[in-house]
Amino acid sequence: MAARREHDAIIVGAGHNGLVAACYLARAGLDVLVLERNAYVGGAAVSRRLYGEFTYSNCSYVCSLLRPEIMRALELPKFGLQIIPYEGGCTMMRDGGHLALYDNHDALRREISRYSKRDAEAYERYSRDVIRQCKFIRPLLLREPPDPTSCKPRDIGEMLFLARRFHGLGEARMYDTLRFWTMSAADFLDEYFESEIVKAHLAGSSIIGTALGPRSPGTAYVLLHHYMGDIDDTAGAWGFARGGMGAVSDALAASLLASGGSIRADAQVARILVRGGRTRGVALANGEQITARLVLSNMDVRRTFLESMDPADLPEDFLRQVRHFKIRGSSGKLNIALDGLPDFPAIPRGSPCLRGDLHVTDTIEMMERAYDDWKDGRWSRAPYIDMLIPSQIDPTMAPHGKHYMSVFVQYCPYELAQGPWNDARRKAFGDTVIETIARHSPDFERLILHAEIRTPRDIENEVGLTEGNIFQGELTMDQLLFNRPIPGYAQYRTPVRGVYLCGASAHPGGGVMGAPGANAAHAVLRDLGRSAAA
Amino acid sequence: MSGGSPGSGYDCVVIGAGHNGLSCAAYLARAGRSVLVVEAGEGIGGAAGTREFAPGFRVSGCAHLLHSMPEELRRDLALEAHGLSAAAVSMPTTALLDDAAPLAIDPAGGGIEASAHAAYDASMRRLAAALVPALLRTPPRLGTANWSDRMELLRFALRLRRLGRRDMRELLRIGAMNVFDLLHEHFESQALRGALAFDAVLGSNLGPRSPGTVFTLLYRLAGQIAAGGSGLTQPRGGMGAVCDALAAAAKAAGAVVRTSAPVVRITVDGDRATGVELEGGERIGARAVVSSADPQTTLLRLLGAGHLDAGFVRRVVRLRTRGLAAKLHLALDRLPDFSGLDPQRLKGRLLIAPSLRYVEHAYDHAKYGECSAAPIMEITVPTVNDSTLAPPGRHVLSAIVQYAPYALNGGWDAGRTGFTELTIDTLVRHAPQLRRAIVAAELLAPPDIEREFRITGGHWHHADLALDQFYFTRPVPGASQYRAPLPGLFLCGAGCPPGGGVIGAAGRNAARQITRGGH
Repeated sequence: MAARREHDAIIVGAGHNGLVAACYLARAGLDVLVLERNAYVGGAAVSRRLYGEFTYSNCSYVCSLLRPEIMRALELPKFGLQIIPYEGGCTMMRDGGHLALYDNHDALRREISRYSKRDAEAYERYSRDVIRQCKFIRPLLLREPPDPTSCKPRDIGEMLFLARRFHGLGEARMYDTLRFWTMSAADFLDEYFESEIVKAHLAGSSIIGTALGPRSPGTAYVLLHHYMGDIDDTAGAWGFARGGMGAVSDALAASLLASGGSIRADAQVARILVRGGRTRGVALANGEQITARLVLSNMDVRRTFLESMDPADLPEDFLRQVRHFKIRGSSGKLNIALDGLPDFPAIPRGSPCLRGDLHVTDTIEMMERAYDDWKDGRWSRAPYIDMLIPSQIDPTMAPHGKHYMSVFVQYCPYELAQGPWNDARRKAFGDTVIETIARHSPDFERLILHAEIRTPRDIENEVGLTEGNIFQGELTMDQLLFNRPIPGYAQYRTPVRGVYLCGASAHPGGGVMGAPGANAAHAVLRDLGRSAAA
Repeated sequence: MSGGSPGSGYDCVVIGAGHNGLSCAAYLARAGRSVLVVEAGEGIGGAAGTREFAPGFRVSGCAHLLHSMPEELRRDLALEAHGLSAAAVSMPTTALLDDAAPLAIDPAGGGIEASAHAAYDASMRRLAAALVPALLRTPPRLGTANWSDRMELLRFALRLRRLGRRDMRELLRIGAMNVFDLLHEHFESQALRGALAFDAVLGSNLGPRSPGTVFTLLYRLAGQIAAGGSGLTQPRGGMGAVCDALAAAAKAAGAVVRTSAPVVRITVDGDRATGVELEGGERIGARAVVSSADPQTTLLRLLGAGHLDAGFVRRVVRLRTRGLAAKLHLALDRLPDFSGLDPQRLKGRLLIAPSLRYVEHAYDHAKYGECSAAPIMEITVPTVNDSTLAPPGRHVLSAIVQYAPYALNGGWDAGRTGFTELTIDTLVRHAPQLRRAIVAAELLAPPDIEREFRITGGHWHHADLALDQFYFTRPVPGASQYRAPLPGLFLCGAGCPPGGGVIGAAGRNAARQITRGGH
């Protein structure tokens, strides 16, 4: 065994949450080492050059949820992160019409009025109500969820904090909140809008990354995600990272190195080592052992406990619950290099909405049917896609005159009913998506120079996310707040002393938010009796 | 004070002689109130009645099994003494499968995955037991300074705590989960999973993958626990016998029941309900008007939106009240020949829900306004236990069929025959000679249920039983304590907490609210 110096903390995985956790620990003076199995850092927040001079944000693709508190605390702008805000979006309809969503309030009202005057009025109410829910939830993101079964003063204090916040809403809003958390997006939108196209456009954000359809109860609150970025007072909390999503990870890595932490790439952790109920470090796939008092796993809960630890080191009951943790692949991704800007006849030329999210799903029913396909083990024949062309705003993403298009696809199963994924099936999946887009853009197919097609299995293989689930676990009520990832273990700590979870499997979950990493670091520091450095 | 004509008025007038209206009337009368029940139909019972659907053949119109009527209610109102008796109790459940022999679904019966099933059943019962008291209490209002509301919430929290750490965590975890995942956690058998999912989606607008279905299952289990140990029960004489006993109890306590007396409007004087006006113009004054009709009928049609504020009306309008359950009644000249079924099992209920996938697919159609291509069914042959329901030697088959959406694409006039045939074909797959035995058939689709039983949307539970329409928010915020936002008007139907399922608790709880309020 090589005699090496012992680190204070090893972080397994250089995804954005791992890096955030590492940054906070390094800033508090700990000796931190981040181990990454890939040759590059970032996990699912990466920029990659897979074709010519094109840069792909080949997993996550927009920056909307990254907590401004974290951006500030870790000085990410100083380390090169630049967020370029983008405006609005658009849903193209099968009949050639379109609905554009603009940032400009009056323009947006006029646009919705084209379909329904009532809906334009209702949109005011809708925004107000959703933003109210956002404001209610936002402070919970950067807090450790209490254990409702515990009698510890800290847990009781946190429960009271929650109760007081809830109570502070006032009676009528409390009922609204109860309903909001338990309703389906479709039912929720039905309460406000009559126009199918308005509902379809808004419902999109409720299903991204989930194994649920817009009619599944519990999807309404996911509508928040669209607003979470909007309401932060920090300018540009909703936009593209200049240079692709890898810029987020690069800035985090630079921030980490500047505070004395270190990162090793091409270092795959095979085992988290445990002796006497406490961790003593990790063993790499090449047999090397690295000792540390603390190990923070940025891997999802299944990969951490079922694949990287010895079952004998964990309680049987805990393992059973880990096996039941739901983490389902439901999304695919296409990254496309284009020879020019495709023409979308439905969208007026020069409209700013072309620079935002583009959709082609014009009814909730279409979205729900896309989900039905997934339930039956096939990719959606008419998928919901969230399509962006960031090179219009960020010229670093593609050579002059050419464009990079990111296409997020919902739904695509991890396992196909027809048989295992292979190249032919991956291509067929890609073709389905390309045809879907081509229906709205006559020159699109002709412009394609290169397309990277990523199924949930590809995302799993490359990024290490089980089933390619972008949230490291379904965001359903049974896996949220004090239930995430497992009741009794929602506070980043695990049954093994010194082992913590810092990835999106932990509260508050996925999205390039950084909150689980920050919260885990604070839990570690609290256990060490230290507080985070300013 | 009373706005009705003095002397002719009642303390309380109850709209509708269904089980909740009658239970409310009985409790009110026993508390010394003068009570009049007005029922639009010729007979009492509403959707919980027994109907003759072919000459000499009688059947429970909607729900055909009693499982959730609280023991306390049956005892308080002495329903047994008033004629209620069971033709069968603890009725067994059998799953009919496509390419295997019928499967007994019995947690204590040592069938497939016996130990897992027993453990699952015990755990679900422990969790459901924590919800039992909620069935018999008025939901507290949230966020008020009222101490009784706060005490009620505290009591609820303590009850959760008393479950112990392990069970409390489990309840908080699975409470909003889908039954699909829960059953995957516990069982391997497709057939067992399918059958156990059935009760979670029965009468709901949900499929097994819909979050919230564990809750509907716990709700049903809580009802069964509150009902005592009798399990699934077939009332002698059909469900109508339950209402007959309730009516007898109400009358014995002094209540008056008038049938063929449809209410056209709830009368209002100033800012309070003063009574009802019947078809034909007769007005009946009362200090309290209590409606067991569904919330939309009561608030929008009988009262009128003009008496309510716009925000509240919007909530009532948006209440999801479209039913998805149909009822098939077959008059048979002999017992149906279910293949491979032990004749003893015919005394219980048979389920067609052979796998989770089958149930989910059945639901998928309903999302788009279509009937299930392969429906799920709960089948009973009530004449096996109670020969009074059909002429000698003849039988009745009663089946709940899902999913049959209220707003069927193309309309029910066009779709009824096709769906009836499809449903019978589904049965024939398990009982090959069934068609030859059919003397008469009737399918009650949700629009028929709406028309026959005057329930908006034809929903058995008056409103979807889903987490966002439950307890604190049932039927809508602002009316969850059985009081409408108009003094003197109360709600006591299945649209109120705890909800539907021939429980009678809504009627009982409403009566307590009314007497407590001094009406």
